[in-house]
Amino acid sequence: MTSDSIDIINAFALLTNFVLLPALSYGSQLALGALAVTLVYSVLRFSNFAQGDSMAFGTMIVILLTGFMISRGWTISGIPTALLVIPIAIVFTAMYLLTMDRLIYRHYRKIKAKSITIVMSSIGVMFVTGGIVRFVLGATAQKFEDGERFIFSVREFKAYTGLEQGIAFKTSQFLTITIAFLLVAFVFYFLQKTKTGKAMRAYSDNKELALLSGIDPDKMVQITWLLVAALTTIAGALYGLDKGFAPQQYHLLLLPIFASVIVGGIGSPIGAIAGAFLVAFSEILLTYAYKKFLIYLLPLSMHPSSLVQLIGTEYKYAISFVILVIVLLIKPTGLFKGKVIVDE
Amino acid sequence: MAYLEGKNLVASYGVVPILHECSVEVEKGELAVIVGPNGAGKSTVMRVLLGMLNATSGSVTLDGKDISMLSTQDRISHGLAFVPQTKNVFPSMTVEENLQMGGFIRQDDINETIEEVYALFPILYDKRKQLAEQLSGGQRQQVAFGRAMMTKPSIMLLDEPTAGVSPIVMDEIFSNILDVRNAGMAVLMVEQNAQQALNIADKGYVLVSGRNEHTGTGKELINNPEVRKKFLGG
Repeated sequence: MTSDSIDIINAFALLTNFVLLPALSYGSQLALGALAVTLVYSVLRFSNFAQGDSMAFGTMIVILLTGFMISRGWTISGIPTALLVIPIAIVFTAMYLLTMDRLIYRHYRKIKAKSITIVMSSIGVMFVTGGIVRFVLGATAQKFEDGERFIFSVREFKAYTGLEQGIAFKTSQFLTITIAFLLVAFVFYFLQKTKTGKAMRAYSDNKELALLSGIDPDKMVQITWLLVAALTTIAGALYGLDKGFAPQQYHLLLLPIFASVIVGGIGSPIGAIAGAFLVAFSEILLTYAYKKFLIYLLPLSMHPSSLVQLIGTEYKYAISFVILVIVLLIKPTGLFKGKVIVDE
Repeated sequence: MAYLEGKNLVASYGVVPILHECSVEVEKGELAVIVGPNGAGKSTVMRVLLGMLNATSGSVTLDGKDISMLSTQDRISHGLAFVPQTKNVFPSMTVEENLQMGGFIRQDDINETIEEVYALFPILYDKRKQLAEQLSGGQRQQVAFGRAMMTKPSIMLLDEPTAGVSPIVMDEIFSNILDVRNAGMAVLMVEQNAQQALNIADKGYVLVSGRNEHTGTGKELINNPEVRKKFLGG
């Protein structure tokens, strides 16, 4: 180890391993959740507080189905079984969300309730959903990842490149980034190019005029929940594959997800994604300990003795809030001109 | 019997009566205008004709068929089209997407109708990729007309198309309306700017407290001393 000289390549290999890849996959997971919140806001006009717990619900179904598949030996070597059951899990989650809509949200739409009333009812749905998940799976954390764990491991990377600092690329990270990209591309294609997607945007833009154009509101609401179910289940499953599943953790995901949506501009899909990556990178960049990174970059005499960590990881949720406050103070409509929440 | 006929319409919002035996009618290729003071029930007539508000009595007939029991959406597929006073475009969608949404219920090819709208309002063709919210007031009104025309309606209902626009834009909008009429449609509009509207109208109705106070051609009403005194400011 040449610790007295400056070593840029190893410094950035280190950053890639501990900041870039984790932030990219965390950002992708948040992006899917944020996109779901944005869709619900655009079409149904309320901020869905049940999003985090709905992700837990979707993941619960994935875990149950994964367990069932493994017990039957229905697995494909190398591929996480969770991936195989996601389509079925989406169907179950969609049924659950549509049931909640039928039982609760539809009533408030019918009586033209204020947005804040529906938000409050979504907090109720949040608690019920979280309760169901804890009732079925318990409150403890669990892992459900099987198959190949790494695309390449630290050891393989080191052997291949000869670098001192290794980079591991986890299968879950690879899947997260790839699937999130494809799914986001699909959602954008759907909204921009298909007749139904355009009708959804039209309904979101101007309900009365959509009605006058013959667009069926019930159908728009159903399609929204179907999309939300897909985004929610996939986001939850990918997050769980990456970091393990714990109901409380999912519940708290609501905070960075809401921060992403508001930072990006409420109701703006592209903003939700940009916001998600901004939040993810801020969280990880600010809570990362830069000691080793600086040792690679600085001459021996300037090596830091402390961890050089700006904020302790236990405060990572506070970062979302700080970003939120700054954005609301400086640019309340968010980075991509979103809507300011008002009751119409 | 006229093409669209609202006959002896009685309607109320809750317990507040708005229309008392009010009748309007319009023929194809004709522009009829409803004027009158605030609260006369002008917009209510339109809502009743469209089925957005149910009349307690009276009938609405289209081409001789009673459509009083049909829903708004069914009336639209029967040839009625409506341009609301405000919020009459999809602001965050392009001009072309606005037109596509106007033709949402059609199963056949709508591109031909889009071309017809572009032919009628050439500026919209130039701006077809722009968002409706980026257009000027007059252009946005053209998008609103265009959207309504996408169902190939036989009759257009316009609710105060010139409310809150400058005099220049008002002239532009009135000329758009004449274009629409000259294309063979029946046009029925509610208008605040009574003088200008009656000037171009084939037929006019002066509504007061939900009753037909005066009826006649645009010219007749403008030359009627009583109408002049009461509604046109002398």
